[in-house]
Amino acid sequence: MQLAQYVLKRLGAMVLLLLGITFIVFCLMYLAPGDVTLMLVPNVPSHEQAEILRKQFALDQPLLVRYGRFLAGVLHGDLGISWIDRRPVVPQVLDALSYTLRLASVSLLLSIAVGLIAGIVSAVRHRSLVDETIMTVCLLGISAPVFVTGLLLIYLFSYRLGWFPTSGAGSWRHLVLPAVTLASFLVAYNARMMRSCMLEVLGQEYVRTARAKGLKEVVVVGRHALRNALLPMVTVVGLQVGLLLGGSVITETVFAYPGIGQLVVSAIAARDTPVVQGCVLLTAGGFILVNLIVDILYGGIDPRVRLT
Amino acid sequence: MWQGVSSRERTDGGNGRPTGQWRRLKWLLRSPRAAVGVAILAGAIVMSLGAGSFAPHDPVKASLQHRLEPPSSEFPLGTDWIGRCLLSRLIYGMRLTLFVGLVTVALGGGVGVALGLLAGFYGPRIEMVIMRATDLLLAFPYFLLTIVLVAVLGANLTNAVIAIAVWTAPHYIRLVRAAVLSVKAREFVEAARALGRADHGILLRHVFPNCLPPILVQSSTFCAQNMLMLASLSFLGLGAQPPSPELGAMLGAGRTYLRAAPQVVAVPAVGILVGVLGFNFLGDALRDLLDPRAGTRV
Repeated sequence: MQLAQYVLKRLGAMVLLLLGITFIVFCLMYLAPGDVTLMLVPNVPSHEQAEILRKQFALDQPLLVRYGRFLAGVLHGDLGISWIDRRPVVPQVLDALSYTLRLASVSLLLSIAVGLIAGIVSAVRHRSLVDETIMTVCLLGISAPVFVTGLLLIYLFSYRLGWFPTSGAGSWRHLVLPAVTLASFLVAYNARMMRSCMLEVLGQEYVRTARAKGLKEVVVVGRHALRNALLPMVTVVGLQVGLLLGGSVITETVFAYPGIGQLVVSAIAARDTPVVQGCVLLTAGGFILVNLIVDILYGGIDPRVRLT
Repeated sequence: MWQGVSSRERTDGGNGRPTGQWRRLKWLLRSPRAAVGVAILAGAIVMSLGAGSFAPHDPVKASLQHRLEPPSSEFPLGTDWIGRCLLSRLIYGMRLTLFVGLVTVALGGGVGVALGLLAGFYGPRIEMVIMRATDLLLAFPYFLLTIVLVAVLGANLTNAVIAIAVWTAPHYIRLVRAAVLSVKAREFVEAARALGRADHGILLRHVFPNCLPPILVQSSTFCAQNMLMLASLSFLGLGAQPPSPELGAMLGAGRTYLRAAPQVVAVPAVGILVGVLGFNFLGDALRDLLDPRAGTRV
């Protein structure tokens, strides 16, 4: 009963946030200087052609009317057609999203696996050489821009060794380099978070009790400490979905990967408002939704957390 | 006198054990990462201040007879695709990156701190307005807001700085508000109030100084973060425009030559990495020093 109420409240907030976000982006695209009609056709349109274009895309309407139409479309699952290639926006965005989801899920799994192990090792060997090394490598990972990692991997594994293609999408081989690039960034975050959560838990009374009972260190760390240290990680991983979407913008550009990050950048450059709005709605919505799910899960895993 | 109380609280770092503080400071000085961070930043600052005398060439002057040359005595790090000296471009690029990192944090952080103080200290109405706006900005997926802002304002360095500052501010608002809420509940604030100090006096002289440690840590991390963001924007062609020696722009334009002349990509890549690393090292070290729970956290 309480849960249903909580979910409803959060969904309501989510709708408001999405309204705000899409409205801000809509206004920004509207306020951008220059006549959009001039950018929609390859040649400079005649006065009549420009008029027709404006009519066709409702560019002659005031801002609020256009935003209202957009909202009405969203309710019907219709995001209009692209101003550039006149294709419907929904399939275009969904197609790009499926590519991005493939890339993002592989790198998320990779980063969780490697990051957790590195973090646990680092915490257990706190302030040793191993710890310092892992933490230094993690700082390197956080400090390296995604495109630097990407270009380094291309140079090594495509140009030098010829193992993987430099760009494009289709087979699993196309996925390896972009996924590792995206993951390298997140591994560092995960390892650092895991280490600090683990250190916090290792200082708790129940861990001392477990040790005092004479349990093996493996059992103490693996059973007693790990379970509790993993709790905050659920939230961290949820927040990373936002980072993944942002990181994928650059990664997809470096590897010419046809995902939603590349789509949104090219649409913004071309002033293709319907496509931009579609991308923004989907990515922001996904980001907020994932965090809602994470919060609900958290309440399920940890009975001490009360959802309000 | 009451200020004295509040400042003693601050130096105690909340745990009231000066010995622990000293041990931390010593550990900090022994920590190789902190030392490396400080060394990198000092080096970068010296290089930036004396860019004119350190750089062997004009960073934007092309010399077409020296295209894509490997390192030589005349061009210590080689040249790019129109024969510009990569070392000179690196030095000027580092200066630009450093400058943008600091300016965006000063702008976004300044506004964020001010609004955060207001939201945390004054009544619920003002807090509601500020925090709802903050939530809205933070709900944008990372990077999306900046890209849209720059694309709309026009792709150049000034607009990139504005967009990055706008992205920075809400993070400070949230941090500072949380800090104010916890400081506000402490005894010395109550004491100041009992003595009849005005609200803004309490806010500026008692609450604000006690919020500084987390702000300092966050500023170092955000310098690094914002340097990365500028490089990313420029890489996409949305930040500094050619022929400006911006490191991300150098990488973006130079990556076609990755196979033929890797130094064109390697030089700016290492430059960004080292600069960002410097701030991240410093941020980590600061966190260890200033966080009362240092040693148990990242």
